[in-house]
Amino acid sequence: MLDFIITFLLSLIVYLFLVASTGEIAGLWSIFEIILGIILSIIVSIIATKVLFQKRSYRMLNPLRWVIFLIYLIGPFFFAMAKANIDVAYRVITGRINPGIVKISPGLKTDLGITMLADSITLTPGTLSVDIDEKNNDLYIHWINVTTLKPTTYHICANFPHWIRRITE
Amino acid sequence: MNEFFKIFIIPGGLLLIFMLLSLVRLILGPTTPDRIVALDTINTLVVAGMILVGAAYEEVIYVDVAIVYALLSYIGTLYVAKYLEGRTKK
Amino acid sequence: MGILLAILYIFLGIGVIFNCLGSIGLLRFPDVYTRLHASTKATTFGSIFTSFAVIIYSFSRWNVSGDSKFVVLALHAIVALICLIITNPTGAHAIARAAHRSGVMPKQAVIDQLKEAKLE
Repeated sequence: MLDFIITFLLSLIVYLFLVASTGEIAGLWSIFEIILGIILSIIVSIIATKVLFQKRSYRMLNPLRWVIFLIYLIGPFFFAMAKANIDVAYRVITGRINPGIVKISPGLKTDLGITMLADSITLTPGTLSVDIDEKNNDLYIHWINVTTLKPTTYHICANFPHWIRRITE
Repeated sequence: MNEFFKIFIIPGGLLLIFMLLSLVRLILGPTTPDRIVALDTINTLVVAGMILVGAAYEEVIYVDVAIVYALLSYIGTLYVAKYLEGRTKK
Repeated sequence: MGILLAILYIFLGIGVIFNCLGSIGLLRFPDVYTRLHASTKATTFGSIFTSFAVIIYSFSRWNVSGDSKFVVLALHAIVALICLIITNPTGAHAIARAAHRSGVMPKQAVIDQLKEAKLE
């Protein structure tokens, strides 16, 4: 039941966000739009509840995790992304590459955490996640400038696993 | 048209040129994954360009179409990638 | 108004430059994986900056004129930007995995631990 309510609220919020324009309620919505939104959200949440809560973990309901996530996005992640783009610009202009595929073991347990780490790795300097070993959550990374043949996690993604462990576990 | 029209429409036109550059890779691309990468780049540029055009003409409908386009093109990319992956697994 | 114009020029300039680098990198690099590096990182970053320009422009126009059209434009641009940020690296990951599994190996690679691991 909790799954259903959360899915319902999430889809209602997205709907209200998308239809906000003029109207009598708070100057943004009309009554008809809100009724339609509630009906549509009920239909959507009947279908999508099973998709959103596959493992029945409610860790992400804690707002503190979202605050840490926002700090992570604005602080270290955005900085690394800017650095990554200057790095890519350098390599596009000079064409100097030394690629290879290496393996790292970040030691994250949840699916959401490993997804977030893979996306972060793809957007940060010189690295691109290629494949995942689903048994023990090892990531295979395409590294554009291989400096050591036995890299540790710190070489690839600095201290992102610590941040993501604090967000998702 | 107001004074901001030019500021947004010129980057939109430049993005169109970059789409044509990516189209060269889509036509040349030696392997199928190369073509998908080019298509994915074109999709991203189309979404960015649509947001700029929406701001230039002050019409929200362009941005709405951009949202739907972004999600549908993502599904298309995933579908083609899944197809490629399954083709060789015998 | 002068500050708004300056911010718009800077953001749109950065965005267009990085989008340009993305498509040039797509033409210049030798194989799929390095092309993915160029296209994913550079075009995502560029699109973030062009969308930020639109968002800042809409909010400042809304602040001046009070027309609700502009706040709608800004909200929808934010939604489109979030969709772009979430879907772009995931799509790149899917393409890279499909490429490696369909037998396209990285050129000039010094090491390939994925080929040694033989995941299926």
